[in-house]
Amino acid sequence: MSTVAALPGSAARDPEARRRLGAALLALVVLWPLLQLAEFRPAVLFEAGNLRVMGGFLASFMPPAHAPEFLGLLLTATLETLAIATAGIALALFIAAPLAICATRALSVSRIGPGPGRWRGQALRGAVRGLLTILRAVPEIVWALMFVRVLGLGPAAGVLALAITYGGMLGKVYTEILESTDTRPARTLLEAGSGRLAALAYGLIPNAAQELTSYTVYRWECAVRASVIMGFVGAGGLGQLMDQSMKMLNGGEASTILLVFLLLVLLADAISAALRRALA
Amino acid sequence: MSPSLVTRNLGLAHGNGLRAVHGLDLQLAPGERVAVIGPSGAGKTSLLRLLGTALRPTVGRLDVLGANPWQLAAGDLRRLRTRIGTIHQAPPIPPRLRVVTAVLAGRLGRWPAAKGLLSLLYPVDIAGARAALARLDLADRLFERCDRLSGGQLQRVGIARVLYQQPELILADEPVSALDPMLADAAIAQIVAEAGQRGATVVASLHAVDLALKWFPRVIGLRGGELAFDLPAAQVDAAMLRDLYASEGNVVPTQANDPTLLQAPAELGVGAPVVRLDSCRGRG
Repeated sequence: MSTVAALPGSAARDPEARRRLGAALLALVVLWPLLQLAEFRPAVLFEAGNLRVMGGFLASFMPPAHAPEFLGLLLTATLETLAIATAGIALALFIAAPLAICATRALSVSRIGPGPGRWRGQALRGAVRGLLTILRAVPEIVWALMFVRVLGLGPAAGVLALAITYGGMLGKVYTEILESTDTRPARTLLEAGSGRLAALAYGLIPNAAQELTSYTVYRWECAVRASVIMGFVGAGGLGQLMDQSMKMLNGGEASTILLVFLLLVLLADAISAALRRALA
Repeated sequence: MSPSLVTRNLGLAHGNGLRAVHGLDLQLAPGERVAVIGPSGAGKTSLLRLLGTALRPTVGRLDVLGANPWQLAAGDLRRLRTRIGTIHQAPPIPPRLRVVTAVLAGRLGRWPAAKGLLSLLYPVDIAGARAALARLDLADRLFERCDRLSGGQLQRVGIARVLYQQPELILADEPVSALDPMLADAAIAQIVAEAGQRGATVVASLHAVDLALKWFPRVIGLRGGELAFDLPAAQVDAAMLRDLYASEGNVVPTQANDPTLLQAPAELGVGAPVVRLDSCRGRG
């Protein structure tokens, strides 16, 4: 007789099993009404009439437009989009980096001990986290709509809108990346009396550089896509071109623009991979 | 001269009520060298973290280098911390850092922020880092990345960082646990020499009792967070040690793990041969 068989029945079973089953059931119970609320009925997609509508929509995208004058416009718009995304992310970095340094617990001197100024430190971190939340809670399109009214139609409104929303997103995620990496090196430096910036540069960045870069480039990629939506409200770039093509029901132009997006996303991937290799 | 460390009824209790350190009364003169020994879980690391102002005592009081750290303003506490150098058992050095950068980081507390950041672009004191590493026979690894080093080499980089820091109080938590006996001996010799040169105080927790008795004139035995004994090394006898390590089956840990060493621990003191570092090249 084996030892397992000799145990009472309950001891041979995984004690976690009941909890996992419970969690799975709970997820189903929560998800079902949410799907109902979102009117999620995938079967509708496959009804004959709807398939024809979608087919017609997609067919109008063929063939991609390639008239020289359109390609010229496309090139200008692409450069404009890249400029909006890059300038927006660069400005966002200026917002995010200082706020993340203030907000991260990994660089708190007053938490050691805890020492003098711990309530002030905690209050400051809370306030900065609140600010980051406000910055990213308002969608960039809303900022864009506002800035277009102030600055007029054009890329400048897009850049500002991206800088604010993405500053909030980058700041929040930087804060958390700095806390989820190994924080002991930075804490040791702080314990030896070094300043926050030095502890960041010598203790945290070497461990977190890859993740920080990867997330920043991914956000740049998102900014390229976001600039399309903002283009719809007149903030320039590929979005504005796409808006015009769609309104004129010119599917060929739209599909060429989509191809450019695909290329830009591939470019972002390549940049991210190259930077991560360089930082490995 | 005022003492460099004073503790009165010093205690540390964790959130779960577990007492890591309890009722410690200690006084250390400047330049004194003290070893802390005791079974694992005796509170050695907690004590060192208390002395290093990394943890705040839950009871009692503590004076470090003439000041009560927990009554200082933030700026003064920071300046006090730059005068304390801690050698950690597992050196908290990011693996991607180069050895030279890891050593220079020892003086970040004294450098202005701009100098520290500049040093990441081009190391500002290559000669200083090389000299500190040379004392631990690692000068040839100056520009290597720390993830290329073995555990023992990394531990020596951690020691080099504190030598470069030139603190007035050196706290060493199992500083040579990853080194073989000869290297361990030589590394402790360097810490002791550095402290002797500048009159720095040393408190080191050591697993190997023979090392403690050989290099430290005063030995503190810690058990269950409380003081078991606090004596000159020459007065520590085998019975006391067996008693201290009763929870580990009366086996007193040593470098070679040779129990015969313990028959006459006092004999291990002065006169024991000092191993030269260059005879250990290629180890650890």
